Amino acid sequence: MLRDITIGQYYREESVIHRLDPRVKLAGTFIYIILLFIFDNIWGYALATLAFAVVVKASRIPLKFILKGLRPILFLLLLTVFFNMFFVTGTHVILQYGIIRITWEGLKSAAFMGIRLILLILGSSLMTYTTTPNHLTDGLEKGLNWMNKFKVPIHEIAMMMSIALRFIPILLEETDIIMKAQSARGVDFEHGRVWTRAKNMVPILVPLFISAFRRANDLARAMEARCYRGGEGRTKMKPLVYARRDRAAYLLVVVYIALLIAGDRTLAYFL
Amino acid sequence: MGIIQAENLVHEYIRRDEDGNVEEINRALDDINIDIQAGQFIAILGHNGSGKSTLAKHLNAILMPTEGTLWVDGMDTLDRENIWKVRQSAGMVFQNPDNQIVANVVEEDVGFGPENLGVPTEDIWKRVEECLKDVRMYEFRKASPNHLSGGQKQRVAIAGILAMHPKCIVLDEPTAMLDPVGRKEVIKTITRLNKEENITVILITHYMEEVVNADAVLVMDKGRIVMQGTPKEVFSKVDKLKEYRLTVPEVTLLAHKLRQKGVPVSKGILTTEQLVEEIKKVM
Repeated sequence: MLRDITIGQYYREESVIHRLDPRVKLAGTFIYIILLFIFDNIWGYALATLAFAVVVKASRIPLKFILKGLRPILFLLLLTVFFNMFFVTGTHVILQYGIIRITWEGLKSAAFMGIRLILLILGSSLMTYTTTPNHLTDGLEKGLNWMNKFKVPIHEIAMMMSIALRFIPILLEETDIIMKAQSARGVDFEHGRVWTRAKNMVPILVPLFISAFRRANDLARAMEARCYRGGEGRTKMKPLVYARRDRAAYLLVVVYIALLIAGDRTLAYFL
Repeated sequence: MGIIQAENLVHEYIRRDEDGNVEEINRALDDINIDIQAGQFIAILGHNGSGKSTLAKHLNAILMPTEGTLWVDGMDTLDRENIWKVRQSAGMVFQNPDNQIVANVVEEDVGFGPENLGVPTEDIWKRVEECLKDVRMYEFRKASPNHLSGGQKQRVAIAGILAMHPKCIVLDEPTAMLDPVGRKEVIKTITRLNKEENITVILITHYMEEVVNADAVLVMDKGRIVMQGTPKEVFSKVDKLKEYRLTVPEVTLLAHKLRQKGVPVSKGILTTEQLVEEIKKVM
């Protein structure tokens, strides 16, 4: 089941989108999502879909792989569409059967809501597909370092994220080992009621936590031994520098915003 | 004065109860005097709880002396201002290879130390390349540490320390968690670094086979240095080593048993080749 979740995965490919500075991708995705909520009309969604299609094409990631990312939220998606379809009250009734009543407004709202959710999920997963976790944390650190002024320890947060990413596979492997060891001692993880099964997780979690703390302690010591003392005075082995394609990408984002506003105004003028 | 010098070094672990009263004092280091010259390969041997790891932590200013003084490259470790310089000149490699690798890519991990020291970007790249070649891990520079074997991870950790350009490397049981192949890789690497790059090596271990190449061996027990000398000298005293709960290498033990039975082989034999030569002479 865990394997189905493609959000947060990286898809290795050589493309312009992959090579973009992570700050551009972060800012772009953020703006894209906000605009999805501001311009909720036909024009807004049409342009958003088009923009998404263009970026997917440029990223060279197969569409089938990207659409797989929808699988874990399929239920949520159907539920949202369902509720919007049946419970949004409107005047233009299309179909009425007992208490079931589908209106034109409900249908419209269901469709918009569905599209918005799909684009939201796919748009943000496209960012993680094209950006390695390392790059992402680097981008966050540099892109958000103005928050230092407000006493937000952005370097420390980025460091924590990248260390967490490094230790996830190690801890997963360890969980596996502990599970096997506890199974060998007779703990049953597969049978019984939910409550019993949950209780049987305790003999996994306790050793896992103890070991995680021990690792944290070791790592802290090793980092200090390598003269780590926070972000101050540190240099970067791979500093982020904007290239020409990054400036071009920013320009495209501005063009996208302008087109959205222009289309919205035109639409408002005619309706 | 050598690169590392200890004078009457004492360390006490003090355990207190909830009110802060002293419950127990454990003297982990007791009157240690050492003087290690630049370029030497020193091995420190000892059973569990002999104080060898405590000594290692002092060399990296993780622990401070309770009494006495320790100088690393002429700097007193008690002086708080020196702490980062001490850590840079005496790099430390730890036991668990996983828990000392910080980054998700080999080359970035090697660059972590220089980044912390504020080395300019181009120089970091130069150092990373150089050090990865030194430990023969250059072809793995883009790999994830999770895909490496224990011995390879430990070599990456050594490269990460080398990249800080230390004068001396302290290895605290670097092979304890490795398989025999990984163990050999690591020992070969540090021996070569010592001979070719002239880096001072302090190897803390309880595997006797690993110390045969050392210039000097220190044996610790109950916080004291109880024996010191060349590997040959130390290993010739098999009975005394057994007292300190250390097992001598099999070849040495065999030679010792042969001597006891009256076969005239010389004392302190360390390698199979030496023993073969000796036996040939006798026959």
